[in-house]
Amino acid sequence: MPLLNMNVNGKNIAVEVEPHEYLAHVLREKLGLTGTKIGCEEAECGACTVLVNGAPVVSCVFPALKAEGARVETIEGLVRDQVLHPLQKAFVEHGAVQCGFCTPGLIMAAKGLLDHNPNPTDDEIKTALKDNFCRCTGYVSVISAIKSVVASRQSTVDSPPLSHSPTLPLTREPLSAVGKAYPRNDAVAKVTGTAKYTDDYKFARMLHGATLRAKYPHAKILRIDTTKAKALPGVRAVLTHEDVPGSKNHGLIFNDWPVLCYDKVRYQGDAVAIVAADTREIAERALELIEVEYEELPIVDNPIDALKPDAPIINDFLGHGNLLKHIEVDKGDIEKGFAEADMIIEREYHTPTYEHAFLEPECAIGRVTDEGRIEVYVGSQIPYEDRRQIAASLAIPESQVRVIGAMIGGGFGGKEDIMGQIHVALLARATNRPVKMLYSRRESMIAHPKRHATTIRLKTGAKRDGTLVAVRAEIFGDSGAYASLGDKVMTRAATHAAGPYAVPNVKIDCYAMYTNNPPAGAFRGFGVTQSAFAVESNMDILARELGIDPIELRRKNALRVGTTTSTGQLVRESAGLLRCIELVESEIRSWKLEVGKDRQFNFQLPTSNVQAWGFAAAYKNTGLGGGAPDKSTAEVEVYDDGTAEIRSAAAEIGQGLPNVLAQITAGELGIPFERVRVLLSDTDLTPDGGPTTASRQTAVTGNAAKFAARGMREILARAASERLDAPPEQIVFCDGYVDALPPLSVTGEGRGGGVKRASFADVVRWARAENRATKFRFEYNAPETKPLGTPGDMHFAFSYAAQAALVEVNTETGEVRVIKVVAATDVGRAINPLALKGQVEGGIVMCIGNALTEEYIVEQGRVWTDRLARYKMPSIKHVPEIVSFVVEEESSVGPYGAKGVGEISSIPTTPAIINAIYNAVGVRVYSLPVDQDKLLREMRRMTTD
Amino acid sequence: MPKFWDEYHIPATLDDALGLLARYDGRARVIGGGTDLLLDLKEEHYSGARPHYAALIDVTRIAGANEIREDADAGWIVIGCAVTHAQVVASSLVQARATALHEASGVVAGAQIRNMGTVVGNVAHALPAADSAVALAVLGAEVQVRSKQSTVNSEQWRPIASLYLGPGKSAVDSTREIISAIRFRPTGANEGSAFARIMRPQGIALPILGMAARVKLAIRNSQFAIDDVAISAGPVAPTLFRAARTEEFLRGKVLDDATLEQAARVLLSEAQPRTSAHRATREYRVELLPTMLREVMTRAVKRAK
Repeated sequence: MPLLNMNVNGKNIAVEVEPHEYLAHVLREKLGLTGTKIGCEEAECGACTVLVNGAPVVSCVFPALKAEGARVETIEGLVRDQVLHPLQKAFVEHGAVQCGFCTPGLIMAAKGLLDHNPNPTDDEIKTALKDNFCRCTGYVSVISAIKSVVASRQSTVDSPPLSHSPTLPLTREPLSAVGKAYPRNDAVAKVTGTAKYTDDYKFARMLHGATLRAKYPHAKILRIDTTKAKALPGVRAVLTHEDVPGSKNHGLIFNDWPVLCYDKVRYQGDAVAIVAADTREIAERALELIEVEYEELPIVDNPIDALKPDAPIINDFLGHGNLLKHIEVDKGDIEKGFAEADMIIEREYHTPTYEHAFLEPECAIGRVTDEGRIEVYVGSQIPYEDRRQIAASLAIPESQVRVIGAMIGGGFGGKEDIMGQIHVALLARATNRPVKMLYSRRESMIAHPKRHATTIRLKTGAKRDGTLVAVRAEIFGDSGAYASLGDKVMTRAATHAAGPYAVPNVKIDCYAMYTNNPPAGAFRGFGVTQSAFAVESNMDILARELGIDPIELRRKNALRVGTTTSTGQLVRESAGLLRCIELVESEIRSWKLEVGKDRQFNFQLPTSNVQAWGFAAAYKNTGLGGGAPDKSTAEVEVYDDGTAEIRSAAAEIGQGLPNVLAQITAGELGIPFERVRVLLSDTDLTPDGGPTTASRQTAVTGNAAKFAARGMREILARAASERLDAPPEQIVFCDGYVDALPPLSVTGEGRGGGVKRASFADVVRWARAENRATKFRFEYNAPETKPLGTPGDMHFAFSYAAQAALVEVNTETGEVRVIKVVAATDVGRAINPLALKGQVEGGIVMCIGNALTEEYIVEQGRVWTDRLARYKMPSIKHVPEIVSFVVEEESSVGPYGAKGVGEISSIPTTPAIINAIYNAVGVRVYSLPVDQDKLLREMRRMTTD
Repeated sequence: MPKFWDEYHIPATLDDALGLLARYDGRARVIGGGTDLLLDLKEEHYSGARPHYAALIDVTRIAGANEIREDADAGWIVIGCAVTHAQVVASSLVQARATALHEASGVVAGAQIRNMGTVVGNVAHALPAADSAVALAVLGAEVQVRSKQSTVNSEQWRPIASLYLGPGKSAVDSTREIISAIRFRPTGANEGSAFARIMRPQGIALPILGMAARVKLAIRNSQFAIDDVAISAGPVAPTLFRAARTEEFLRGKVLDDATLEQAARVLLSEAQPRTSAHRATREYRVELLPTMLREVMTRAVKRAK
């Protein structure tokens, strides 16, 4: 093996490498520098960026031997004398770190820029970071972090910088910890590269797994022969369906997804066999030696065909053919409603499949412990569901399985289903060795569930004055080969298909269909992203036809307290939509471009760029709803050093849950935020927090943490009460101290006498000495909800939002650019304004992608978009100016009034952009994403007609 | 990923590199920055082929190959086979005297790829829409192709267009030959050049259309007229395309709106854009050709003044 000499982070090293190895692998596997992440291995995502002789390169396609004699800098080299590099510090403080997987690459690319150009313009920053994808932050905080470093370097003693802190939205006066913009408690680990994601774990004697995927999108399996693969040296196990001792299927709602296919394959990502071998290379080679004989079956590639009576049956698990679920929303009298309408708008909309493109590909590690239990390390959105499904397929009790959550490099709904979890458990048991299964980006893109492609036929009826009287919709959703969360997602698409408006007569028929495409499941917005595009487009068309201002039309019909949703739920509280509309409207009113103003497309314009605003509103449920029990358990433990730990198996996928839980716990226990540790997602050590889905964790696990901390405080108050000789109601927890207030004076106007004080640590010691519990666990059950079709509340809370987008269309090329987005989001209560800012900005930028850049293409069941180079998510160059308002219409359910924000922030963005395009050039886009090719030709057609 | 190559050599001289290629006798392959090659190998693998080389011969450390130099006497700028896009972008010489190439290299991929990928590699890859190739085409670029077996005088230069046999198909056999350098004619007095391109926001990371122009102006009847012009575009043909008839039409004319409109018609008559799946329709490319012609011509003329 050749010897590679290089200087890594200031140290000269010599390491033996294979001639075909890449620098990223050498750094990670041979030097243990796992801060350098691998996101795609196709030079697209930038996560593996390191500096070679000062220049940023993507180390995943950089042959290691090219670095001979070079100076290599990685994220681990930035900390000097235990002091963070200014960029690291700025990323922490500006909230430029969320899931953190892209962070090392972003910081290294930024360092490469600043080392050569200490005073870059905004444009130079964007040019330098264009190929570093971040899926969480929306890049706004990344830019502000870098600029703050530039500014601080320029500042001198004489001219100190004006402000280095991030611009936060105005929120309510904070409590002691809740409501404060603390930087993430895991941010330092993430900016220094020490945060451990699943692929960063290594075990002695660890094997590497690989999965044989289906050769056809739809075929019968006639024979599988693994003899040759098993004979390959280095191969330790080759497993097929015959080796699955328990449940042959898995699934979150319906058990319809084969662990390893047995009768047939239903999509290209289906797993047919799995291999464990000494190296990944050998495992992949073994896959080629597995012989599978298929009989091809006809392919159904869209939901409308799937519904036809003569359609080939793809998955009959439910006994009603390709129909996964027919969802019906019925309110009032639809015929009477349309009879009353003066204006009816009827249109058909199409949305494609979308890919989450989280930066961290799926990875799982399985091992058998000395006691014979199964341990699985994985970044999963639902650890306890993983445990249930692993145990079921291995035919062992759940007590024999432990799921340990690693850091998760983004999820967005795409890490709720089983991918490699059961496979690594099977392989570990078969080999009695640890087995790691790391998906390539290609595998990730083919295998995991996507956002549903939909066809939406939407008919909106209104009175002359704009009052909505009827909404009728037919929605066809492509749920792909397996159910995943398809019926739930499509239920949400259906129930939200009248928009955030009070409509007396609603009838929706929604069909979630099985097809031979990759399964579709949860993806930020959960079906509402799709229906909101149709709803808000129809609203603008209606406004124009009626000659009403589009914002006025929305205001007139907006859900507010006293109105009912289309499922008949009475809105009793916490409805901030009107306020959101008002805030956005007042912000954009100062612009001379009026929303919805008739703008004749004109080729003679002096400039080829035409600008216009577009507006949209949305709402989205917080919590599972629909009758599903929605509960979470959290446990607080206090220690005699004055610290506390809050525990729950609730996944952090970049949204900021650890801070939410720590802030709530700190606030309730009256100790500083820094003294609260957070332990998430270990099924042995943390109680079930439920799925990270439906924007529910802040509300549901937040409540569990609140009540657990409160219960703990009450126990401590009793201990303090005895020692400080005051009744428990006079004991106050604040700033790490426990005070016994003197009793109220007889007149009730003040307290007499002095305060007796103890440190929090002392009180914990007292409690221990008295044998009181120092742990408190609370199972929080959210208010009961009702299934669709039954009277009552389908959801316990809704978040609302309004957004306006300023868009520029180039009339000579059809290119579309979003210049500015004004957002107002009703989140009930901001628990952490910095994290909230990131959620809003990230949601907006993600759905700029939904509108303009992203499309996952499958042709006859074959995935065309099987690499990141074919899936363009927004880069830093797409980032508009974002003005974000927070509305805090408190919910009586969530902690301190909080509701979810993860999804709502992204939902209005797409229709706001689409409406703006119409307002700019008069072309209505009915099919996403916007195709500049088609847009230009439409514009040209209009001028020649 | 499977092993695509067994050995990796980084020769220090061109002779060594050529010697290695000769020794492997077709089983080794030249690698520059690798940003095209390595992804191509992967793609071939996924499409079922099993690409494999006994060795890769890395030409990025060949002595002198990382230089951009001006041969003022002969009127050439020469760039060696190790010169990256980033070096080209940073070169004030290229920026001033080959602005089209400066602009083209500046939009190749992202910063990391520009630090790795070479201009020569871009040409060797033979995509008719490659940004730098489109720009080089109007700069009268020539390449030097070297090999051990070659009977051709190693000092001989060939026009860049002669390397392009079809999309991704190069006349250079990268298992036996090395493009050691590219040279081109920098712009001089009364000359200017420009490059522009349109990308698709979705899907493939290849341009919908790229175009470059180089213009030389002369004063006629106290007006600036086009003394000489070169226009290239891609992809509008299977190989590197020069708009010969449009150039011919424009020579001697004063560039005004009417002339540009007529020139666009000539361009549309000779360019043959096609529909490429998931990238662009022929119709769209046809719409863009006049727009981009105006764009690059206007900028090039402005620079020439």
